[in-house]
Amino acid sequence: MVPALILVLVVLGSILFHILSPWWWPPIASNWSYIDHTLVITFWITGAVFSAVVLFMAYCVYRFRHRPGSKAAYEPESKKLEWWLTIGTAVGVAAMLAPGLYVWAQFVTVPDDATEIEVVAQQWQWNYRLPGEDGRLGKSDSQLISFENPLGINPDDPNGQDDIVIEASDLHLPVDKPVKVLLRSIDVLHDFYVPEFRAKMDMVPGMVTYFWFTPTKTGTYEVLCAELCGVGHSYMRGAVLVDTEEDYQAWLQEQSTFAELTDLRNVAEEVKP
Amino acid sequence: MVDATPRMHEGISPAEVPELELYHPKGWWTTYVFSQDAKIIAIQYAGTAMAIGLVALVLSWLMRLQLGFPGTFDFITPDAYYQFITMHGMIMVIYLLTALFLGGFGNYLIPLMVGARDMVFPYVNMLSYWIYLLAVIVLVASFFAPGGPTGAGWTLYPPQAILSGTPGGQDWGIILMLASLILFIIGFTMGGLNYVVTVIQGRTRGMTLMRMPLTVWGIFTATVMALLAFPALFVACVMMLFDRLLGTSFFMPALVEMGEQLSYGGGSPILFQHLFWFFGHPEVYIVALPAFGIVSDLISTHARKNIFGYRMMVWAIVVIGALSFIVWAHHMYVSGMHPWFGFFFATTTLIIAIPTAIKVYNWVLTLWRGDIHLTIPMLFALAFIVTFVNGGLTGLFLGNVVVDVPLSDTMFVVAHFHMVMGVAPILVIFGAIYHWYPKITGRMLDEWMGQFHFWVTFVGAYAIFFPMHYVGLVGVPRRYVEIGESAFIPPSVQDLNAFITVAALIVGFAQMVFLFNLFWSLRYGREAGGNPWRATSLEWQTPTTPPPHGNWGDERPVVYRWAYDYSVPGAPQDFIPQNDPWPQKAVAGTA
Repeated sequence: MVPALILVLVVLGSILFHILSPWWWPPIASNWSYIDHTLVITFWITGAVFSAVVLFMAYCVYRFRHRPGSKAAYEPESKKLEWWLTIGTAVGVAAMLAPGLYVWAQFVTVPDDATEIEVVAQQWQWNYRLPGEDGRLGKSDSQLISFENPLGINPDDPNGQDDIVIEASDLHLPVDKPVKVLLRSIDVLHDFYVPEFRAKMDMVPGMVTYFWFTPTKTGTYEVLCAELCGVGHSYMRGAVLVDTEEDYQAWLQEQSTFAELTDLRNVAEEVKP
Repeated sequence: MVDATPRMHEGISPAEVPELELYHPKGWWTTYVFSQDAKIIAIQYAGTAMAIGLVALVLSWLMRLQLGFPGTFDFITPDAYYQFITMHGMIMVIYLLTALFLGGFGNYLIPLMVGARDMVFPYVNMLSYWIYLLAVIVLVASFFAPGGPTGAGWTLYPPQAILSGTPGGQDWGIILMLASLILFIIGFTMGGLNYVVTVIQGRTRGMTLMRMPLTVWGIFTATVMALLAFPALFVACVMMLFDRLLGTSFFMPALVEMGEQLSYGGGSPILFQHLFWFFGHPEVYIVALPAFGIVSDLISTHARKNIFGYRMMVWAIVVIGALSFIVWAHHMYVSGMHPWFGFFFATTTLIIAIPTAIKVYNWVLTLWRGDIHLTIPMLFALAFIVTFVNGGLTGLFLGNVVVDVPLSDTMFVVAHFHMVMGVAPILVIFGAIYHWYPKITGRMLDEWMGQFHFWVTFVGAYAIFFPMHYVGLVGVPRRYVEIGESAFIPPSVQDLNAFITVAALIVGFAQMVFLFNLFWSLRYGREAGGNPWRATSLEWQTPTTPPPHGNWGDERPVVYRWAYDYSVPGAPQDFIPQNDPWPQKAVAGTA
């Protein structure tokens, strides 16, 4: 009974592959361990259902295979059985949906003490902006973008003058401080994706999107683009460094504000001819 | 036990409306080329779909070669890679799966299964095919246009789809793509109206809706959905064409490309995504429902047992069809739309799992206490259940909004949708071809080539896509030309990718055996007779095989029962055709 045997092997092979697989998600470095838990619950439920269905099929194929003289039963339907299966499925679905929605509610509720930072994507690099000492980001507009003002910060907004501009370089974040990541793109769709943080979100030109998280482990994490953005998509990489508070402050001191950059570039322009 | 068999033949009124004369072809051209016979049109649709499908197969090899062995093939540049994935996706979803299920199986099976002589509008039906062919030609033309085909990904998301950073964005690629889709939808609408009206108006006497085979239910519901969903894609294509050619800004906000301010402003890229997925999600079920229907009939016939819970199966098809229109934004959880949408769409998406699960239960319960003949169609049906259950269950990961967040845009998604709407429906297509080929040609497909084709395809496809989920779990994004150096991705992922590529090449070659079988058996296949599977539905009861234009000879059949009277206690054989009045005698003049 080769077909039945192969169905069994498909189940066993899948389970073994899952257990022995060295391929698993990278260790989490943010507060979103709930997401991992929900994922694991889903793995258990769906894995059990898959194994049950396919093994039952294998049994049927073996037990009820055609032999000379064998005849099928005649049983058009069974209301009772169908209802029980429906209810059972509904319970299983609810068991996955409930924790999912519960965690989603947290995902969409940004804590009040989260620091706003901004990621600005373009083909094919990552730029960042941090609020200066006033703790607020200045207004921005893609139509203000120019060589002197790559992020399109509004020069007339006083909140923007002390914003820290990081162009095509690494982002640093202090550990254990919640951040609300405002996402902006100046050309096409991109997606700010750091696998260890679990959270990600598309950036859409013409609007500001966001997500929030709390980095929980110091270290260097790779930033990838997760929304097709043209031929450079695979090479649009960057790095986020999660620092201790002292390291973070030390790094922050070395960064330039929007006002400083504007002055520097104006000087450069004057020197050029 | 509830008796769901409408066995009585009361309610079959005498024919009151005289039959209309069919248009009869006069020459070779009108018989075989510009034919209005749904069966010829079906073969034309299927042939064209499989031909363009071969192109998609080759494209998948090329992209797998790149992923498995990056840097080895110089001609696979990033531009070329994105063009391959885009054209592969679009061809498979639209020009192969949709066209083959609806244009191919719909045309062949609907009139025969409901006892009609042809589609109700044969001329429009013919036009449908020729416009489809034109759409395919325009699509293929983009390979030869300056700049090549579009590389925007099959989702064609603006703004990148029409900008210069994407292959074909500022050349002909995207224009030809959009034009081809517009043509396809026009052609499909002509065919689709036919399928719907034929099911509603063209059924023979006694063929009540609840006696129709599930194949017809599946194709019928899918067609209704397609008629409602494709217009959303149609307008999206027209609007994007305007953005590209006339400089409108439907989907284009003010933006800066490579340091240059473009003259667009005020449009919404997310609007396109809503339109696209309002079409795109129903599209999944437009492909899946015909597969559900066909596989139900394959299982029932080859297990010699009625489909379990027929009425529940019909309702599940209809409910899935309806629900599929309110789940589209689960493709957009991380698109930047308002996050509160997530609650709604996650709930609707997981609810749709319930009618879908019912269908799975009823398939396996049909096997239970059956008399299972492990024919090639049955093997494909079993493999469908395995892959569909696998792909359906990973849908519960991606549909559950918060679980989707880490997995979206990774290879996990690619593995999921290939398993559930690539492999699973294609296995049904194969099963269906092995099942109906004898009716279409009068000969059986070769059994040994069939066994080889089946095992390599099933085990191979599983070996491709099951491990691919784990590449996604690691965090590898989809649509990457190469992974490159990444600290979080272990080097062994590359080995896994190479394994997947080898499996893909083998599975691809097995399809050549299948194609060879199609032609070889045409000449050398075993003579099939009219009803080799001893099946009940009407298409197996035609007076001649293959059925000629008009299908039924002098008189259309009269239907006395549902399509699932297998192994009925007391019956003289283990199946009773739908047009058999047993245990009554046929009333004179009705059979």
